[in-house]
Amino acid sequence: MIRAFEWRDALFLLLALRWTILLSVIGMAGGGVLGLAIALGRTSARGWLRVLAALYIRVFQSTPLLMQLFLVYFGAGMLGMPVEPLTAAALGLTLNAAAFLGEIWRGSIESVPRGQEEAARALALKPWQRVALVILPQAVRIAIAPTVGFLVQLIKNTSLAAIIGFMELTRTGQVINNATFRPFLVFSLVALLYFALCWPISRYSRRLEIRLARG
Amino acid sequence: MNYAFQFRDVWRSWDELLWGVFHTLQLSALAMLLGLAIAILCAVARMTTVKPLHWLVTAYVEVIRNTPLLIQVFLIFFGLPTLGLRLSSDQAALIALAVNAGAYTTEIVRAGLESIPRGQIEAGQALGLRRWQIFRKIELFQALAATFPAMSSQFILLLLASSIVSAVGATELTGAANDIQSRSFRSFEVYIVATGLYFAMALAFSALFFLIEKYVFRAHLPSRRPS
Repeated sequence: MIRAFEWRDALFLLLALRWTILLSVIGMAGGGVLGLAIALGRTSARGWLRVLAALYIRVFQSTPLLMQLFLVYFGAGMLGMPVEPLTAAALGLTLNAAAFLGEIWRGSIESVPRGQEEAARALALKPWQRVALVILPQAVRIAIAPTVGFLVQLIKNTSLAAIIGFMELTRTGQVINNATFRPFLVFSLVALLYFALCWPISRYSRRLEIRLARG
Repeated sequence: MNYAFQFRDVWRSWDELLWGVFHTLQLSALAMLLGLAIAILCAVARMTTVKPLHWLVTAYVEVIRNTPLLIQVFLIFFGLPTLGLRLSSDQAALIALAVNAGAYTTEIVRAGLESIPRGQIEAGQALGLRRWQIFRKIELFQALAATFPAMSSQFILLLLASSIVSAVGATELTGAANDIQSRSFRSFEVYIVATGLYFAMALAFSALFFLIEKYVFRAHLPSRRPS
């Protein structure tokens, strides 16, 4: 039952892009919140927090994302609360993004000169004030280019949600290919859509990097 | 939680998992070597004065870095046969990973070449070396030594990303785990063990690369004076 590739198939692909974008937004937002906690833990004065955050980063950066998605997907079912592929993918990508953002932001926080922290201490600012009002605003400036760069990584990573069966762009491409058997055409279109999404972000990230280097 | 873990089926298939580890290592190492070869070719292409070659390299790097590996695997495994090039899933996996790694290492090699002080190339010219000799004898080793940390983390990323090729049924660790899972239905147990194996491989390689960097590359590099 092979049918021809039609215009509406291209439209389906274009529409499937919104699920890829949704998944990326969730991953970035969730990963951002958890990642900030990890970056703060990693640079905290408490030793056990530093170790815990370092361990988290190590585990998630040293295992395949695909395995992480499988474990969330099957693990939830095992705990007696089977989840939708969307939930599993969103959770898996969030946990993974948190490790990478945590590591990026740790670097940014540590690159704020020590004198700033000491000056804030000398002004008798409370610990949360030192972090929120002195360190973080300066770290953000350094963090922004690599964070935008990571967004590209995250968008590409959402394609793995297809393997656990979530109908985003890649999975839609597979389904259309199964019906039309035009793999070269279909997957080229899918690649083109990813490229159209990722390339401007990559270029923007590089521009930010250059601007920051110039100071 | 009232779930009883059962690892019996996983331990019973232990040899399959080890086989998977072996294939994952082999696949990643081959893909990295091919990727490195592609990167060096791209570096050479960028040194020529032929503009279209520069554009080709840039287009290659940008396209690969801005599309998912999974789609690249699909294009090579499902797409190429319709153009008349039939590949086994293992061959498609190797090519896809090599092409992917090639784009990332091209950028790393570029950064490495840029980091070599201009004076060294001029010194080579003063000694009457040809452009090719300068590249081979002065630039290449130093660029590879300077980029070793970046290359080694790239290799670990590649090793972990290679799990993706299980989507087209290539022989490697994730594929082995999928097989065991489909027979035993002990999904979580199988995947947690496979994850542990990937983790062990990644840790072992980062330790190994750390030692190589410390004892091989830093020992043989001329110490750089602070500029």
